[in-house]
Amino acid sequence: MARRSPTLASFALVLAAGAAIAAEDIGDADRGAELFYDCAGCHEVGAGAVNRVGPHLNGIFGRRAGAIEGYPYSKAMARAGADGMEWHLDTLDAYLENPKALVSRTRMNFDGLPEAQDRADMLAYLRIFSANPRDIPEAEPTARADLPDLDPAILAIEGDPEYGEYLSSECTTCHQRDGGDGGIPGIILWPAEDFVVAMHAYKQKKRPHPVMQMMAARLSDEEIAALAAYFATLNP
Amino acid sequence: MDLNRRLFLGAATAAATLTAPMLRAQDRPKVVVIGGGAGGATAAHYIAKDSEGAIDVTLVEPSRTYHTCFFSNLYLGGFVPAESLGHSYGKLAGMGVNVVHDWAVGVDRDAKTVTLAGGGQLPYDKLIISPGIDFVEGSVPGWSLATQTMMPHAYKGGTQAELLKAQIAAMPEGGTYAMVAPPNPYRCPPGPYERISMVAHHLTQSNPTAKILIVDPKEKFSKQGLFEEGWAKHYGGMIDRIGPDFGGDVVEVRPGEMEIVIDGEVEKVDVANVIPAMKAGRIAELAGLTNDAGWAPVTPDTMQSREDADIHVLGDASQQGDMPKSGFSANSQAKVAAMAVRGELTGSKVFPARYSNTCWSLIATDDGVKVGASYQPTDDKISKVDGFISQTGEDAALRKATYEESLGWYQGITSDMFG
Repeated sequence: MARRSPTLASFALVLAAGAAIAAEDIGDADRGAELFYDCAGCHEVGAGAVNRVGPHLNGIFGRRAGAIEGYPYSKAMARAGADGMEWHLDTLDAYLENPKALVSRTRMNFDGLPEAQDRADMLAYLRIFSANPRDIPEAEPTARADLPDLDPAILAIEGDPEYGEYLSSECTTCHQRDGGDGGIPGIILWPAEDFVVAMHAYKQKKRPHPVMQMMAARLSDEEIAALAAYFATLNP
Repeated sequence: MDLNRRLFLGAATAAATLTAPMLRAQDRPKVVVIGGGAGGATAAHYIAKDSEGAIDVTLVEPSRTYHTCFFSNLYLGGFVPAESLGHSYGKLAGMGVNVVHDWAVGVDRDAKTVTLAGGGQLPYDKLIISPGIDFVEGSVPGWSLATQTMMPHAYKGGTQAELLKAQIAAMPEGGTYAMVAPPNPYRCPPGPYERISMVAHHLTQSNPTAKILIVDPKEKFSKQGLFEEGWAKHYGGMIDRIGPDFGGDVVEVRPGEMEIVIDGEVEKVDVANVIPAMKAGRIAELAGLTNDAGWAPVTPDTMQSREDADIHVLGDASQQGDMPKSGFSANSQAKVAAMAVRGELTGSKVFPARYSNTCWSLIATDDGVKVGASYQPTDDKISKVDGFISQTGEDAALRKATYEESLGWYQGITSDMFG
């Protein structure tokens, strides 16, 4: 597939041609699939994709911001949607370049893709999953190296949110209770399972971060479940 | 002093929601917190938040705007503005905390009252003391609080840091900034050396031929390898350190002459940043809670004073074991103490104590490092469980991420303290 290096100007041109823009007109979708690896910790895309830490990305093109029912968007993203923002090439490109420049209090903990080519390739990949729903292909399974080995019994533990609230005071010295972030990600409103998987990935030292590895190291399976239960519902 | 009026004013922003609790304030157990920093503000915040009005919380803090000592080095380096370090107590008052802006000058442990400089008395069922540090008189011969404007310590937040910054800005070209570093134990172990880094950063831009002299009574210091690597890389030749092997532990100062005498050798300097030996904030001593070393020993599982089970001592003033004296430690200890206090006063559930600490330091633009550990109570002290430290030779992206993380931490801890 030929590489293109579209600029915002050429985006505007193709936008003017209507919503029928195809992935190959945007960038290199195969390369975008590789880049998507960094997003797959939080976002699913492809047939059967569901909301995780972030909303699923099927049908993102043409969708209003903050529009998936049941997903706990940040107030900022919900407001952007209410103000009429829709996801098209231009808005998606701006959001991927610097998420907090477009939606200042978004909970998406991602610094952005400074290279226009990277964004174009990523968006070419995502465009594939914005076809008519019955045409959405299965996404390639992404084998993530940082996933922990987890007994299903650990995932099934029902966390005690009251205990989680106590334990959370160790987290909130750095992670803000209102979900705000700036250098340290917000951790509220994650699905409990994603929270548990992330903490065990630190505990097993598969995710690299010395503070988090140390904090997770002394949390029992029950304590991790308790924290997951507490933060999953913490909605300031 | 018109104490009632002050109490009322402190809580005035919450007047509407406070009406009901104020009426039955007589019946509620009373907690008085002395000191509105990382320990005291956090404790007041958590007791008020988690007791949901069942405990009457009064916070005694002289400053209306509290300036954090942590991050004041970044202010010296020009990375953050002074006003970003100031915080008010409005949100805590809004949560029902009675904020009293006064000095606590005495504690009557038999009557269980705190005396204020203005003359009022505050009764308590449980008292939390988190006064930070004071300086040991005579620890640096020639220096006293009376000379702190000539030779600032800048080791408490606020005006001292602004004074030191102004003095550094006024240094003659090629002049000398000298620091007399403190002996162990002291607040913020990497603090003096982060400060050296920030002063060097500032001087490299404004006064590149200036010199920095550290007079240090300690053989080694926190994050030494990381700092020395960074100093050689960013500020080659600007910084000299005189340790105890060359007389750094035998020092006297002459504020009137701007001289530092190091093992008999007289050095003329342009700025003298004297950080004397430290002890617990004075109120801990007045309350009779301190030992010969000047610190207040506490039990490791609740932070209760060894002298009085109705008093908890937090943060720098406490002697607890392995945790460093830092804002992060005080914040961590405050949550354990808050839980213990609520458990005793209202029967709420008490979980096992656990503590942690991380100290970030900035060496140069986007060059951040950190050290941290987790802790748990053991029989006689708070003991280290596990720890980590940044490595020398780390790549620039990781150092930048570490610095950005420290900015996130500042937002996190200040909202954890002040609501």
